[in-house]
Amino acid sequence: MSNVPANLKYATSHEWMLLNADGTVTVGITDHAQEALGDLVFVELPEVGAHFAAEKEIAVVESVKAAADVYAPIAGTVTEVNQAAADAPESVNANAYAAWLFKMTPDNAADLDKMLDAAAYQAVADAA
Amino acid sequence: MLKKTVLNAAHRALGARMVDFGGWDMPVNYGSQIEEHHAVRKDCGMFDVSHMCPVDVVGADCRAFLSRLVANDVAKLTVSGKALYSAMLNEAGGVIDDLIIYFLSDTRFRIVINAGTAEKDLAWMQAKAAEWNLDVTITQRRSGDSALAIIAVQGPNARAKVWQVLPQAKAAIANLKPFFAAEVDQYFIASTGYTGEDGYEIMLPASEAEALWNALHQAGVAPCGLGARDTLRLEAGMNLYGQDMDETVSPLDAGLAWTVAMKDGRDFVGKSALTAAGQRKAFLGLVLLTKGVLRGHQKVITKHGDGEITSGSFSPTLQQSIALARLPLGVQVGDEVEVDIRGKLLKARVTKPVFARNGKAVS
Repeated sequence: MSNVPANLKYATSHEWMLLNADGTVTVGITDHAQEALGDLVFVELPEVGAHFAAEKEIAVVESVKAAADVYAPIAGTVTEVNQAAADAPESVNANAYAAWLFKMTPDNAADLDKMLDAAAYQAVADAA
Repeated sequence: MLKKTVLNAAHRALGARMVDFGGWDMPVNYGSQIEEHHAVRKDCGMFDVSHMCPVDVVGADCRAFLSRLVANDVAKLTVSGKALYSAMLNEAGGVIDDLIIYFLSDTRFRIVINAGTAEKDLAWMQAKAAEWNLDVTITQRRSGDSALAIIAVQGPNARAKVWQVLPQAKAAIANLKPFFAAEVDQYFIASTGYTGEDGYEIMLPASEAEALWNALHQAGVAPCGLGARDTLRLEAGMNLYGQDMDETVSPLDAGLAWTVAMKDGRDFVGKSALTAAGQRKAFLGLVLLTKGVLRGHQKVITKHGDGEITSGSFSPTLQQSIALARLPLGVQVGDEVEVDIRGKLLKARVTKPVFARNGKAVS
């Protein structure tokens, strides 16, 4: 059973989001996603300053087994990336909620309200 | 409905992550694929490969049959127990399957064929035996009353662990040279494998497989999934059927020329096509010089033209991405090439198609 913290929002494409006090949103992949992928060996992060529409490929995580796209859960501009996750992809396996991938400023903060809560995402993960 | 090996419940009890592997419900890992990989390079791991299909070929014309059926030459098999790796070709010289043939006596051979190709292989073998009007009986041993399971125990400590668990077999198997098999009662124990490490592949009655699996586990042998099996064989430079070669690919273009006995007068299925076509591609290794992961079907750009990766992954031993690739003739070991990964061109170095064996990097 994977870990789904109650304080986060989720996308059906297995990203988690945390709304920060400064209005930015921190994004990573869920525990369910890291477990399904297996040992991660490569993380490709977006450029700071780049703008992405919702559901666009924004990053790539690769395990020994397969490459998986990470999607921008909501539209926005990248403000920061977590180089530590790219330098140590296994940190995402160790704690997917600590090893965030990037932060973005949403085009529209209200978009976050449309994302899944923990209970709804748990249902998605259980069905996968 | 996925097919299951007799060890399915044992995998689930160990918390395996199960996947659909060509229609079989198989363990991809039991936690960390990379840890399982290292266990085999440094200590000892075991794999359930009971989805593969043992085939017994019995009868007065065994040798004549196999001599025409496969590209390698069974005349090399003169000592009982000796094994031979070969491709089985179609008339066009494409690879129907790759397999291991064990010589037991002049009227009895055992072949192990791949899981996903078993039905077509058996149909092909039966058809050829009938066409050539030879006295051979071909019997699959994967299902039915006389079904066999296969457990591969691999790694530098594999032999000692197997002797510990099967003391009654030790005398027969302790001094097996590489690529030999010995029969001990109902057990068929071969010093073959798919990891580049020492070890055994053990065929035994399916009903006894779970007891052996559990005994090996209790002896400290790490259960390993098909994920680690793939990175181990890739590091060892061993081809995977369906990825590195298939019915459209000549063994000469898949790095298997060493398994094709062309020179003598013997005829075999596909020989005339291979003779006519010759080698058209180089089959070599790649090591990625930057971060990233090489994968099958990525395009390789060389000064002699474009090629293609057939198998790629991350090498836990080298801590770099590696691949096997089919490249234009003229590309040499040591050349620098570029690989198109999602539109970016990343530099890679051409190597011999072998990266790690016996616990060590060799590339």
